[in-house]
Amino acid sequence: MSDAVSSSTISVDVAVVGAGPAGLAAAVAAAEAGARVAVVDAGAQPGGQFWRHARETVQPEAADDQPDGHGHHGWSTYLDLRARFDAAQRAGRITYLPGLQVWMAEPGFTLHTTPAVASSGTVPATVTASRLVLCPGGYDRQLPVPGWELPGVMAAGGIQAFIKANGVLPGKRFVIAGTGPFLLPVAAGIAEAGGKVLAVLESSAPSAWLPHLAAASGVPGKALEGAEYAALFARHRIPYRTRSIVTEVLGSGRAEGVRTAKVDAEGRVRPGTGRAYTDVDVVGFGWGFTPQMELPVSLGVDTRIDADGSLVGVVDERQQSSVPGLFLAGEVTGVGGATLAVLEGLAAGAAAARPDSTTPVKQPAAITRHRRFAQAMHQAHPVPAAWPDWLTPDTTVCRCEEVTAGEITEARDNLGARDARSLKSFTRAGMGWCQGRVCGFAAACLGAGPGEAPDAGSLAGSAKRPLAAPVAIGELAALD
Amino acid sequence: MNFGNGPRGSDVLVMGAGVIGAATAYFAAQQGLSVTVLDKGLPAGGTSSACEGNILVSDKELGPELELTRYSLGVWHNDLAEHKKLWEFESKGGIIVASRESSLASLNRVMAVQQGFGVDVEELDQAALREAEPHISREALGGASYREDCQVQPMLVAAHLVRLATEAGARFIADTPVTAFLRSGPGRSVSGRDGGRVTGVRTPRGDFPAGAVVNCTGTWAGELAALAGVEVPVLPRRGFVMVTEPLPPMVHHKVYAAEYIDNVGSSDAGLQASPVVEGTPSGTILIGSTRERVGFDRTVSTAALGLLARNATALFPFLERVKAIRHYHGFRPYCPDHLPVIGHDDRAPGLWHAAGHEGAGIGLSAGTGKLLAQALAGLTPDMDLTPFAPARFGESGAHTSAHREEATA
Amino acid sequence: MNPQPVTITFDGRPLTATAGQSVGAALASQGVTAWRSTRKGGKPRGLFCGIGVCFDCLVTVDGETNQRACLVEVCEGMEVEGS
Ligand SMILES: Cc1cc2nc3c(=O)[nH]c(=O)nc-3n(C[C@H](O)[C@H](O)[C@H](O)COP(=O)(O)OP(=O)(O)OC[C@H]3O[C@@H](n4cnc5c(N)ncnc54)[C@H](O)[C@@H]3O)c2cc1C
Ligand SMILES: Cc1cc2nc3c(=O)[nH]c(=O)nc-3n(C[C@H](O)[C@H](O)[C@H](O)COP(=O)(O)OP(=O)(O)OC[C@H]3O[C@@H](n4cnc5c(N)ncnc54)[C@H](O)[C@@H]3O)c2cc1C
Ligand code: FES
Repeated sequence: MSDAVSSSTISVDVAVVGAGPAGLAAAVAAAEAGARVAVVDAGAQPGGQFWRHARETVQPEAADDQPDGHGHHGWSTYLDLRARFDAAQRAGRITYLPGLQVWMAEPGFTLHTTPAVASSGTVPATVTASRLVLCPGGYDRQLPVPGWELPGVMAAGGIQAFIKANGVLPGKRFVIAGTGPFLLPVAAGIAEAGGKVLAVLESSAPSAWLPHLAAASGVPGKALEGAEYAALFARHRIPYRTRSIVTEVLGSGRAEGVRTAKVDAEGRVRPGTGRAYTDVDVVGFGWGFTPQMELPVSLGVDTRIDADGSLVGVVDERQQSSVPGLFLAGEVTGVGGATLAVLEGLAAGAAAARPDSTTPVKQPAAITRHRRFAQAMHQAHPVPAAWPDWLTPDTTVCRCEEVTAGEITEARDNLGARDARSLKSFTRAGMGWCQGRVCGFAAACLGAGPGEAPDAGSLAGSAKRPLAAPVAIGELAALD
Repeated sequence: MNFGNGPRGSDVLVMGAGVIGAATAYFAAQQGLSVTVLDKGLPAGGTSSACEGNILVSDKELGPELELTRYSLGVWHNDLAEHKKLWEFESKGGIIVASRESSLASLNRVMAVQQGFGVDVEELDQAALREAEPHISREALGGASYREDCQVQPMLVAAHLVRLATEAGARFIADTPVTAFLRSGPGRSVSGRDGGRVTGVRTPRGDFPAGAVVNCTGTWAGELAALAGVEVPVLPRRGFVMVTEPLPPMVHHKVYAAEYIDNVGSSDAGLQASPVVEGTPSGTILIGSTRERVGFDRTVSTAALGLLARNATALFPFLERVKAIRHYHGFRPYCPDHLPVIGHDDRAPGLWHAAGHEGAGIGLSAGTGKLLAQALAGLTPDMDLTPFAPARFGESGAHTSAHREEATA
Repeated sequence: MNPQPVTITFDGRPLTATAGQSVGAALASQGVTAWRSTRKGGKPRGLFCGIGVCFDCLVTVDGETNQRACLVEVCEGMEVEGS
């Protein structure tokens, strides 16, 4: 870029990508174990998705305040990690590089970065390290439905991130739909900020799972969370409807309402159960999360399909992947929430700081418990097998390239496409700006055919993004 | 699509469903031959999905390759005219740009010779060049316009030609790698150097007998030939391509630098790149492509990306601030003399080859398929295939003919 | 402490935002839900993922095209244009 300052190279023992729960914990653990650490994060300040908060430059108290008013779970953990992170930075053990996106990780390891916001003036840096901890988190998983491309439809987590970071609401009257316990804090956050939640529609029927599972898996804190949400929903009169979905978003030029229906255990719409909500201005969808796998995949880690159907990296008890020196923590080892992400980050950071340690490691019991809880949660909130039945042939599947469900099934049935890669080749689904981050899972399901779940190969094909972020050609020109 | 499983005999068995195999199957079916196509994966799973879709006349060496290109162009325009839309055929034309006096002089020389051979090329002075490509670098001195240059979406070409072939009676079977050849002759049913006639193939799904077996396996062609005991020296030449963010139309033709032509025929193993910049119907700009001989190395080369980026911005300075959203690489199947191998292999009767089209396989596929189908049907091909004969690699298969760059230097 | 109001322009019109907000938040909280139309279908788009992943929210900021409105922080005098 003509006006970009030439980038610098930083060499450290341990490089960490991401400053969310996992990345912060990994950086702190590695620094406290004596390693020199660099942390690269796309965000402008630490916290990642879960601990997102108002800009500290504008509201200094945001650094301490709980961002969403009510009991922000784990905020004290954040404050503790943040204090240790800041201390390590002051002591020169952590170099923190905010506002930079890693667009490529080379084996061995070298991280190439680019400003997340071009106008921010952030100077790209190249980071080299013999150990790398990848904590890039994830994003809301989406299933297309007629009308979901209308403005006013947002990712459920996106609504929450909007509120946490900006202190305002993106609209007034909300419907939240999808599956998973995460829909609860989203709705709660909207209500606490003064928005009206007309309904939360949950496709499964997780009857009284929370106290039950929480106790069974030995994570009692989760039972408490559940009770808090129940009270909050009652106070704000938020209807929580199970076995219910949005079948269509209504509106011309923007979301104005939704049609909903009851579904059976496979997600098939039960005739005669349709109803409509009008006077809606924001619809939030969340079907679990998709881990950001492009960096791990580009470095060649072994992958597997987790209980929620997501592609995740395989790690050992030290959080090390199949690539020596490459550690993974947080959502990329399996979607499991912030508490688990912190535990994994601590383990990964400590292990990365002492790569030659031969002391046998036993996985911390807390990690095992939280993983078990996460697995149970995923099983209670599956993506409904019959979701493709909700689509019409002209439903948009790939938002970027505007590829419809009809075009995708046609490529599958007539051209032999059957995975995310071949569908992309034949229809352009996943070839646009977001590179299949939003439609990748859905396209892979459609390619697999009715009732089939996509395999690891198909999801890995979709997660193969040689550029993990867009990068100016002028910046590439500086490479040799 | 016919995904039948059971082994069954056919007149022609095509190995590989890249563009070359797809075109061969399509035209063989048009000839009334019964055809089976096998691929170890899906159609367009190899180099045909990791390339650009240029059909270029402008960069071809005079001689058999140019002749085949022009023949192929006719096939695209005539035989395949009704299907153009299926694969986004676009006659956008190519422009070669010279930014140095010396390259302008050589470009003018090349143009004069090409015109003598009937190539439709027109000189562009600086003003005309700027009118055709308003965002071209101020350094550009002039250029040459090739109206015949066009483009297709290669994955769609392969997939639809396979589909059309099956509609004409051919059968396509995915996920079926050929592991050995069936041979006639006593006690030699499978493989071996001194086997008899090739009478079919062996796969994990069983044997597929065939009157003729056609090797359309691109960069794998050498391996497959070796299974039949003959040598066909097809090697990989890696190329990186960069894709930009979608933009309003900024680049209207396929634009490349005059140095590109020297590069195409080069045997230098080192990293080379000349910018070929082109807009696509989806708004993205493709910047291709590097050429280097590094075997099947799939590690991303920052050197290659840097070189592509520098060359592209030299041609179109506005690209400096444009973002790349993806890059990919493929392996061009090439022979040491830079000519494809097309025709019957007399060293292993019953075995045919159509491979080694290097950086031009998409453009050459239509012509290759049609000519080969004629030969397979026992007709005299429209164009003499002798220059492409497998026999040029000698009895043992060792490459004996002169390197083309030596021959034409 | 209350954050400072800042004034930006959106397609030439002045719009009041709050320091620290994203451009997307400034637009959405003023009732602007769409500021881009798609290449193929000419369909309106605004915020979707909210966290920089989907690229639906692209805007031009001070002449720099295709910036993610959900990530860019507003500042006094910033010129924002839809696309
Ligand atoms: C929008 C959103 C809201 C959520 N809200 C809640 C909630 O309220 N309650 C709850 O229990 N769970 C929530 N979750 C889930 C929760 O975020 C995770 O369980 C937890 O944060 C995982 O921690 P992590 O460290 O793995 O990832 P994250 O917190 O996602 O942190 C990853 C960090 O890495 C950065 N990053 C990613 N890729 C790159 C790159 N290439 N270069 C540089 N930096 C990069 C990201 O910008 C981010 O800062 C939410 C998730 C999302 C997506
Ligand atoms: C970067 C780059 C840019 C290019 N740009 C252009 C361009 O603009 N214009 C142009 O004309 N050409 C271009 N090319 C060249 C073109 O892509 C190739 O010449 C062409 O794709 C070769 O097609 P093919 O069918 O021979 O090979 P492939 O497409 O590789 O097909 C071979 C098939 O054989 C199958 N196969 C392999 N082994 C077996 C087995 N044992 N059994 C069964 N099946 C098997 C494979 O699965 C594969 O599908 C480019 C190439 C590259 C790398
Ligand atoms: S809303 Fe998805 S990138 Fe901004």
